[in-house]
Amino acid sequence: MIEVQDVGFTYPSGVEALRGVAFTVNNGEFIAIMGQNGAGKTTLVKHFNGLLKPSIGRVLVDGIETKKTSVASLAKKVGFVFQNPDHQLFSETVEEEIAFALKNFGFEEETIKKRVTWALSFLELKKYRKTSPFMLSGGERKRVALASVLAWNPEILILDEPTIGQDYKQKEKLRQFILQMQTQEKTIVIVTHDVEFVAECNPRVLLMTEGRIVADGQGKNILANPEVLAKSSVVPPQVVQIFSRLNELELPKNVIDLYEAKDLLLKKLEKRLR
Amino acid sequence: MSVFDGLKYRKVSSPIHDLDPRIKFFYVCAIFVGAILFWTILPLLILFAIQIPFVLLAGVKREWLRSLRGTIFLAAIIFLTNLIVRYFASGGALLVTDLEFAAAMTLRFIVLVGSFSVFFLTTSPDHLGLALERTRMPYEFSFAFTTAVRFVPVLAEEAQTIMDAQKARGLELEKGNFLKRIRNYIPVLVPLIVSAIRRSLELAEAMESRAWGATKKRTNLYILRLKQGDFILFVITIVILMVTVYVRIYIDVPGLSQFLSGVS
Repeated sequence: MIEVQDVGFTYPSGVEALRGVAFTVNNGEFIAIMGQNGAGKTTLVKHFNGLLKPSIGRVLVDGIETKKTSVASLAKKVGFVFQNPDHQLFSETVEEEIAFALKNFGFEEETIKKRVTWALSFLELKKYRKTSPFMLSGGERKRVALASVLAWNPEILILDEPTIGQDYKQKEKLRQFILQMQTQEKTIVIVTHDVEFVAECNPRVLLMTEGRIVADGQGKNILANPEVLAKSSVVPPQVVQIFSRLNELELPKNVIDLYEAKDLLLKKLEKRLR
Repeated sequence: MSVFDGLKYRKVSSPIHDLDPRIKFFYVCAIFVGAILFWTILPLLILFAIQIPFVLLAGVKREWLRSLRGTIFLAAIIFLTNLIVRYFASGGALLVTDLEFAAAMTLRFIVLVGSFSVFFLTTSPDHLGLALERTRMPYEFSFAFTTAVRFVPVLAEEAQTIMDAQKARGLELEKGNFLKRIRNYIPVLVPLIVSAIRRSLELAEAMESRAWGATKKRTNLYILRLKQGDFILFVITIVILMVTVYVRIYIDVPGLSQFLSGVS
């Protein structure tokens, strides 16, 4: 559980990135944080593993205040995958890259081997085991970065812009993976601009603008609310846009799921054709 | 990264910012020469004090102090090394003069950093490039130089992000003995260097796609011209230079303790 209690954060340069942010992430929850560039999304999630400490207020991870502990000890619980994989890849082989964090956390040799193999096969990277991460494509590097965090099986997983540079198939895999993590009661927080991806997953959505949370609720209710979205420069998903343009059909407003939309449309059309 | 903050140029208008970079560089060199000429505290203190009105006039007090704070670690090393060397050189006795000498060497370093910091804080990389071009240096070189200066803050920011990313994977930079600590930085340095190389290649492509080097004879939008303020600074610098050289040659500068006892 992550408790964010009235957190404010100001960078040393004087930029006020967070103002009075308060909410709770429950265990097993899946949250998407959205909002325009510079809204404070990444700043906020950097508080979850103690990379940043609040200037005002407190952040508690499983009851432990982040100010009173080190990043290294929080990191074991809170896995954080950065937006740009090039900011973390440095090893000679993909295998070593994934083992790096496991070694830092002091896992045993046997366990490390097992975890590395599991992470490689899970993200379809097995054939790159002995390849240099620098030889891989952008999307593959991103998966190596993800694998290197998944390997230690953190309880809470933070993904900063996980869908950037991924093709549809990989995005779908990512979604499947998130669903799978949820069945294991893992907590997942993603920071993203990808409205369609969020619409497909329908998680809890936190909408941010200028360091504040302007909306908090089920994706269905928030992504289908154009007034709220406009405040944080987020465009509604295509399904919502189509439904709002078909307003003479009197369709419900809070639909973001493709299949649900299809069923509703077919029903309406059948009625009309009859 | 506070040292880099102290070198980061911000575009504001002040009498100092508007000065010609060539004259400013001449001034920095004069302070540099002055600092090298002396190894007693008093003249170095004066050289340090000379910079204060300069900094205040430019309105960069906060950034300047931050860059000085960033030198604390190196300054401490300089102070201790000098003290230790003096201690052994004099056969295990530590005199007030030894302390003074170590302090003077540290102050010399601070004066140097301080003057360079003022220069970089108040001179835009573009002006610097223009000044270099005026010295008939080939454009390729002056461009490379301005680009390097321009990317220092970008690199500093990137280094911070990389450190964060590796800390999030359980890296503890401050852990272990001295050698281990140096090794700890490999996961930070490798991505930093790789991305710097990658960025430079991208920059080269971007420049070529914008027709870099298409014309041999370049013209400039802004042309450097010496103004009244530049002449004033020039005269001040000449005076500083003459006084320092004169004092160095003809006057026996007392140590701080001698000076203080002389006063009382």
